[in-house]
Amino acid sequence: MRERKRELFSIQNRRRAVNLLSQACAILTVCFGLFWLGWILLTLLRYGLPGMSLHLFTELTPPPGSPGGIINALVGTFLIVMLATLLGTPVGILAGTYLAEYGQTGWLAPVTGFVNDILLSAPSIVLGLFVYETYVIWVGHFSGIAGSFALGLLVIPVVVRTTANMLKLVPNRLREAAAALGAPQWKIITMITLKASRAGIITGILLAVARISGETAPLLFTALNNMFWSKLNQPTANLPVMIFDYAMSPYKDWHDLAWAGALLITLSVLGLNILARSFFKQMPLGR
Amino acid sequence: MTAKLPKSKIVVRDLNFFYGETRALKNITLDIPEFHVTAFIGPSGCGKSTLIRTFNQIYKIYPHQSATGQIILDGVDILQDDSDLNRLRARVGMVFQQPTPFPMSIYDNIAFGVKLYEKLGRSGMDERVEWALHKAALWDEVKDILHRSGYSLSGGQQQRLCIARAIAVKPEVLLLDEPASALDPISTARIENLVIELKKDYTIVIVTHNMQQAARISDYTAYMYLGELIEFAATELIFTRPSRKETEDYITGKFG
Repeated sequence: MRERKRELFSIQNRRRAVNLLSQACAILTVCFGLFWLGWILLTLLRYGLPGMSLHLFTELTPPPGSPGGIINALVGTFLIVMLATLLGTPVGILAGTYLAEYGQTGWLAPVTGFVNDILLSAPSIVLGLFVYETYVIWVGHFSGIAGSFALGLLVIPVVVRTTANMLKLVPNRLREAAAALGAPQWKIITMITLKASRAGIITGILLAVARISGETAPLLFTALNNMFWSKLNQPTANLPVMIFDYAMSPYKDWHDLAWAGALLITLSVLGLNILARSFFKQMPLGR
Repeated sequence: MTAKLPKSKIVVRDLNFFYGETRALKNITLDIPEFHVTAFIGPSGCGKSTLIRTFNQIYKIYPHQSATGQIILDGVDILQDDSDLNRLRARVGMVFQQPTPFPMSIYDNIAFGVKLYEKLGRSGMDERVEWALHKAALWDEVKDILHRSGYSLSGGQQQRLCIARAIAVKPEVLLLDEPASALDPISTARIENLVIELKKDYTIVIVTHNMQQAARISDYTAYMYLGELIEFAATELIFTRPSRKETEDYITGKFG
């Protein structure tokens, strides 16, 4: 009896030690990640904040040596990202719905899901090159629209994946209950399951927007950049490429604008992520 | 065993059911009488839920599930004639074990099913919603909050909402798959009273784990075990003088 007690004691001590160790490892890893994130944010704030001024939002990108802002790049990014989202989201939602709701049998849905996941992690520059080859060369010049196409291609897999995952979270008993009333499948999907997962799908869209608003590589081959106002069918100013160009330049005032732009873009992506999280919390599922 | 069975609403003949290759129902043959409560009892996995899920063909939303034999509803074999599943499901309503309110208001939860079959005006729909909620003994509790989400109700209220939703489309048969197993005793008692009330207008089939419940509310009881129908008779007969040893063992608690 005493022997057994001692044994139990040592087992519990060992478990406690293992628990402590794994907890310590977990905390250290979190700190490791947060350290770099904090460093990046602090650096951005340090160099970006001095450049923050009203001029940023009112004036065009200047030639070196004269004052100016980045309003054309801000508006350009906004328009390109919005168009890309408008193009990519419907395709993504429909395809995701197919994967989750219709693709129970056959090979099409699993294969599509697999390809989609490859696309999800495809280097974005490849998508930029794809649009360059298929659209930019055909039209003959760079344009904001081409940028939207490239970014739209990035939106699709993100929205497909989140839509499918969110729909799969909807419990089957909800589908059964609707089917038991005699509702046809399209009505079950549009009025019950998509509605039940709406918050999750919006979260996915917001995450996609956050993802593409910082993308630079696909825009290099498509939207390029512009020092002035432009229509979307011409090369269009945008924040990521502007940051790239200005940061590469030898001019101090351009550097400052690049830092300010980087800070703005980071803050908006951060804001989008926070917004996405608060949306996801509203999901009425998992109860 | 069937001296004076009333008119049969559903006639089941040699029904077999398969989940893929697994045979879950074995040659089930029985008659479900109209305007009565028929209860199915038996241990978990005996096939009672599987059986009532064939009555409205709900299993068809899943691939790899299939049935053979005959299920004759008012003279028509619904296994052969699957021309209009939705029409069948309008006639054979179902309430599940877990309350399943839709992600919409209490009012819309009920209107959803009605809109599938009928074009009612605003006041007609209001009337129907009130009627169904009255039938399900929920009206007094929700009449002032009809536009709140169905999720805001308690579990027992949600289940009665689901019953109201099923009744609102005016089915002929109501299938209840352990409707009270997730509820507290008070809500359970309410639902039991409701079932007794409803059998005036509907043919009711109920699956339950609770033998007292079967004894309290049903007119006929079927005992199932391992996919087979062991015994089917008037409830008082099953609970007082079962003809099969297995039924007696189960009812008296020697088994299961």
